[in-house]
Amino acid sequence: MQYIPQIIFLAALGFAVWFFARNVKRLRRNILLGKDIDRTDNKPQRLKKMIRIALGQSKMVTRPIAGFLHILVYVGFVIINIEVLEIIIDGILGTHRIFSFLGPVYSFLIGSFEILALLVLISVIFFWTRRNVSNIMRFKTLKGWPKNDANNILYFEVILMCLFFTMNATDLQLQLNGATNYAEAGVFPVSSFLLPLFEGMTDSTLIIVERAAWWAHILGIFFFLNYLYYSKHLHILLAFPNVYFSNLKAKGQFSHNETVAKEVQMMMDPDADPYAMPEEDENAEPETFGASDVTDLNWFQLLNAYTCTECGRCTSECPANQTGKKLSPRKIMMDTRDRLEEVGKNIDANGQFKDDGNKLLDNYISREELWACTTCNACVEACPIGIDPLSIIMEMRQYLVMEESAAPMELNNAMGNIENNAAPWPYNQQDRLNWVNDN
Amino acid sequence: MSNTLQVPTMADMMNEGKTPEVLFWVGCAGSFDDRAKKITKAFVKILNNIGVDFAVLGTEESCTGDPAKRAGNEFLFQMQAATNIEVLNAYEIKKIVTTCPHCFNTLKNEYPALGGNYEVMHHTQFLKQLLDQGRLKIEGGRFKGKRITFHDPCYLGRANDEYEAPRELLRKLDVELVEMKSCKSRGLCCGAGGAQMFKDAEPGNKEVNIHRTEQALDVKPDAIAAGCPFCNTMMTDGIKNKEKQDAIKVYDVVEMIADVEDL
Ligand code: SF4
Ligand code: SF4
Repeated sequence: MQYIPQIIFLAALGFAVWFFARNVKRLRRNILLGKDIDRTDNKPQRLKKMIRIALGQSKMVTRPIAGFLHILVYVGFVIINIEVLEIIIDGILGTHRIFSFLGPVYSFLIGSFEILALLVLISVIFFWTRRNVSNIMRFKTLKGWPKNDANNILYFEVILMCLFFTMNATDLQLQLNGATNYAEAGVFPVSSFLLPLFEGMTDSTLIIVERAAWWAHILGIFFFLNYLYYSKHLHILLAFPNVYFSNLKAKGQFSHNETVAKEVQMMMDPDADPYAMPEEDENAEPETFGASDVTDLNWFQLLNAYTCTECGRCTSECPANQTGKKLSPRKIMMDTRDRLEEVGKNIDANGQFKDDGNKLLDNYISREELWACTTCNACVEACPIGIDPLSIIMEMRQYLVMEESAAPMELNNAMGNIENNAAPWPYNQQDRLNWVNDN
Repeated sequence: MSNTLQVPTMADMMNEGKTPEVLFWVGCAGSFDDRAKKITKAFVKILNNIGVDFAVLGTEESCTGDPAKRAGNEFLFQMQAATNIEVLNAYEIKKIVTTCPHCFNTLKNEYPALGGNYEVMHHTQFLKQLLDQGRLKIEGGRFKGKRITFHDPCYLGRANDEYEAPRELLRKLDVELVEMKSCKSRGLCCGAGGAQMFKDAEPGNKEVNIHRTEQALDVKPDAIAAGCPFCNTMMTDGIKNKEKQDAIKVYDVVEMIADVEDL
């Protein structure tokens, strides 16, 4: 009988880990639906960038208050996980506060967890107010699931922190009462103030409350772990690989297409035999240029989509968005993720992808959005975790122009001019030096 | 000094068996656009004045392909790149300076992968270098104490992390440099990049250049400094739209220098 809680705990832990592993596998599979791109170069530089931007959150402080509180919540989150480790060991072994043998160190740890938890609680309340009460455009424009998702996590944090304090306060009361199994351990700088709430309760009631809070807290954490996959909070984990694999080159350097390079080389080579076509591989699909769906993007762009925190810093810096155009780089990332999820579910259901008549282009991202971009890189610069919405926009434009010849008319004129007279305007190349002599 | 510009072409140089110190890449705007031609000339005047040994490609120059690439036409871009690289490599060009950040970015960042490797500088970087070498001297002049705000071109700033060279030059002119709300790495685009220059804007509630001009007007400048012929056009149009063209002029940094040097 006495092992029942341990068995239940192991079952819950096992389920949480299994479900999490299943989601990680799915995530990996979906990301690898993307095309290959080499991001294995410059490892030390990548590592440094990751430490600075993902771990050090150096880009968050462009908005100092939110940035500071975000770091607090993050540090709190990470450190409080040491406590979770103890809870898990206790749960498996049926012990109570197994680390308490550490004595003063343990007191220090518990004391700091409590203070951090309080700071987290305050920050979360601030975040909630900022998100829901104050007039910040990038939050106001979120509707439906993304809005709920953002708030859910905040409520969730509040609940977890309250459970943590309840658990500690009742534990402390039981310690003071000298209850069996509740040996004196830890100092409780925050929850000791909650003692009056539990005044007059019998030891057995206190134990029920303490146990209930303990269980709810750890089950909540298991739930949180598995909520991540469905949430923008995946960034807690993915921000690290995302920054690590992010672009190290100058932002103005857009990647070039090797197939096109070969074609152009053939055309420029005076010795090339125009009839000597490269041998066609019968089974090879003809390469399409650019991207009309998520599987045309590369894996880094797909990783970007899962990593996006939906914070909207990109959109709030976007000149097109600021002037009322439909384009929003955040939406580009969210659409990419939604479509990728749709494709993933399709594969889960059918064993392999079955055409569903949908595409990223048109069904999610409209042409109007794509053509509004000035390629200014403000979104890329603004993103706190190294996401590149512009590269997706560019690949989709490339698809429109190279596969569908669907550029806006004026652009076709400009490109026609470049082709015919080597300038985007209809001037003759022979007149290129006339400026020297005219007044 | 004489008013005639000395603009040798690479072909001339080649015939005389000479190699210039640097190739001046004029760009399409700099060659054909009336406003941008003034920037081109101002730059040449300075080069002539201090005797920089340069040449242009002239009729052998053609569009770098930047607007084609940003519009999504990779094929046309690479055709342009291949054509230009062939010419540049035939002349064994080592160093290029250009007054257009778009040409600058494309030549510097996108040509190497296609076989064109050169040292490429934006004209503000080049002038800054001349200044550091003591070849160019800039002294106060008529912009002294004037409130000037510098509009960062996206393809010089964010795209290539160059924010200081143009500001350094402006400081030499003893201006009172004032920064707009969005500046440097957070600078706001003028609205012309990404081939937008050559098409109408998508529906919205404002033009980007008006939005940017309002940011500039907010800091009450005596003049606006730019470093890109396209930004220049966009900001000039914005100022006209606000009917401030008589009070506030838009200059390229190089025009301001040429102006105080009385060139
Ligand atoms: S690059 Fe495009 S999407 Fe990104 S901020 Fe600039 S205009 Fe907006
Ligand atoms: S792309 Fe970056 S800046 Fe934009 S919403 Fe996502 S996380 Fe925020």
